[in-house]
Amino acid sequence: MSKLRDMEGAIDAAVEDGQTMYLGGFTHLIPFAAGHEIIRQGYEGLTAARATPDLIYDQLIAAGCVDDVVFSWAGNPGVGSLRAFRRAVEEEVPHAIGLEEYSHFGLVTRLEAGARHLPFLPLRSYVGSDYIEHNDAIRLLENPYDGPLNEIPVVPALNPDVAIVRAQRATEDGSAQLWGILGEIVEAAFAADTVVLSVEEIVDEDVIRSDPNRTFIPDSVVDYVVEEPYGSHPSYAQGYYGRDNEAYLTWDEQSQSHDGTQEWLDEWVYGVENRREYLEKLTPERLLDLEPKTNYATPIDMGEY
Amino acid sequence: MPPYTDTELMITRAAQELEDGDTTLVGVGVPNIACNLAKRTHAPELEMIYESGTIGSNPSQLPLSIGDPVLASNAKSVVPMTQSFGNYLQAGRIDVGFLGGAQIDREGNINSTVIGDYDDPTVRLPGSGGACEIASNTHRTIMITPHTKRRFPEEVDFITSPGYVGGRENRKELGLRGGPEAVITDKGVLRFDESGEMYLAAIHPSSTEAEVQEATGWELTVADDVSETRTPTPEEIALIREDLDPDGIYTE
Repeated sequence: MSKLRDMEGAIDAAVEDGQTMYLGGFTHLIPFAAGHEIIRQGYEGLTAARATPDLIYDQLIAAGCVDDVVFSWAGNPGVGSLRAFRRAVEEEVPHAIGLEEYSHFGLVTRLEAGARHLPFLPLRSYVGSDYIEHNDAIRLLENPYDGPLNEIPVVPALNPDVAIVRAQRATEDGSAQLWGILGEIVEAAFAADTVVLSVEEIVDEDVIRSDPNRTFIPDSVVDYVVEEPYGSHPSYAQGYYGRDNEAYLTWDEQSQSHDGTQEWLDEWVYGVENRREYLEKLTPERLLDLEPKTNYATPIDMGEY
Repeated sequence: MPPYTDTELMITRAAQELEDGDTTLVGVGVPNIACNLAKRTHAPELEMIYESGTIGSNPSQLPLSIGDPVLASNAKSVVPMTQSFGNYLQAGRIDVGFLGGAQIDREGNINSTVIGDYDDPTVRLPGSGGACEIASNTHRTIMITPHTKRRFPEEVDFITSPGYVGGRENRKELGLRGGPEAVITDKGVLRFDESGEMYLAAIHPSSTEAEVQEATGWELTVADDVSETRTPTPEEIALIREDLDPDGIYTE
C-alpha cells in the first residue's frame, strides 16, 4: 500500500503541538527538509530529542518551536557552538528551554530500549561522572547476578511520539535501505509511535528485495513516505551528495544574533514554499559541486534457489 | 612560515603516544591530524574508529566533522552507534581515546558540559557526545588542549568524562577501564603518578617550568627526570602542511 505524501501533508498528518519528536541521523541523512516544514507549519511546545541537535534543532529553537531538548552533544559539528541553543539556555531567547542531558551511548541506548519495548537498559557509562547527580532518569541498579560489578547504571526507554528519518531509497510503502553512517536512525524508527520516512528516491520492490541485508527499516514501522531529493541538505546522503560544509559555516555567522537567525529563516524557510523552491534558490551549480564521483560496491550474489 | 607552530608541535607529540597496531577512537581537528600523521609515519597498522560508527576509516581528505562521508567510503566496516559504542568501545576493543575539553583537573577529569553552575551556567558547552564513554572504556586516554590557567583548574566545574576520580584505586573500584595516560598541551606533556595525580613530565623547547606552573591552577609536581620535547622533524611538518591540513584549518 502506498504511503506516499508530499512533505507538507506528511508533517501535517504526523506532528502535533507538544509532542516528543526525534529527527534521526548522525551528521549523515539529517531530515532538514522535514525540519523546515515543521517550522513553516508553526508547531509549538515540542520536545526535541536527538543525540546531536545540529543546525536543524538550532533553527527549530530559533523559530520558537521547541520547549525542551533531550540531547547528548549540542554543537555545530567541526565548527563550534549551536548559538541559538546557547541563547535559549543562557539568555532565554526566544524563550527558556528545558534540557535533559545524556552522553551518546546513553541516548542511543534509550532508543534501543524503546525499540525493543523494554523499560530500560544497562550500560557502563556515567559512573564517576556528574551526570547521575543532575539527571534523575539515569539510575543505578543492583546487579542481580554474581560478577565484578555491584551496581550498573540504567537509562529509561525513549519512545518518541514521532520519528522523522531519512534513507537513500525505499518502496512506496516504506521498506527502506540506507548505507554510509547509520547513527541511531534505525533505532529511532523502531522506537517511535509514528514514523515519517523521507528518501532520496522511491524504487521498485525488486530493487529492495535484490539486497535484503540492506533493508534496515521495514514498511511495518513506517506511516508516511516522502520522496524528497536533496532533503538532507546541508547534511548529506552517502553516494548522492556531500556535506555542504560551507552552509554550516554560514549558519555559524548568521546565528550570532537572534535577529540574524530570523533573517535566515525568513529567506530560506518562510520565504520558500517547499524543498523544491529551496533547491532552486540554492542553485543547481551549488548542488553539482556537492556531487561525489561514483564508487560502486562490488555486487554480491544472493543466489537463485 | 616558522619551522613549526605550537599546534604542530602538539600534533607531532600526540602522534608519538600511538603505537603501531593500536585501535584508536579519533576526534576531529587536532587529534584527527595526529592519528593520520602516526598512521603515515611510525604506525601504519593504526586502526582508526570514529564514534559515528565507521571502523577502520581511511579518509582521502581531512574530514570537517566526525560524520563526514570520507570516513564511510573505503572504511573496513560501518555499524550503527549502538554497536560502535557497545560492541567496540564498551567491550574494551578500543585501545586509545583522544579527548579535548574546556577544563581538565589534577585527576584528569574532563569538563565539556558547563562553565559555572550546571543549572545556571555562565557558558553552556556542547556536552559529552561520546566523551564520557571514551574516558570510561578505552585502555588509554590522551588529552590534547592549550595550556591556560582557565583550562587547568584544580577541580573541574562538572565531570563529563571521569579521569582518576578519587585516585587510581578508586577508578578501578568503580569498574572503569584504563584511565588518562597523558595530557599534551602547547607547553609540555603531563602524565599521572601512582596515586592518579597529574605531573609535568616534559617541557616543550618554547616553554619553561615557570610558565607551565603559571598556567596551571594548582601546585604542579615536576618529574625529577623532566625532559625536553623532541621538536617536529621536517618530514612531519611537510606531511602536516602539504597532505593532512593543506588549508591550515587546524594548524594556523
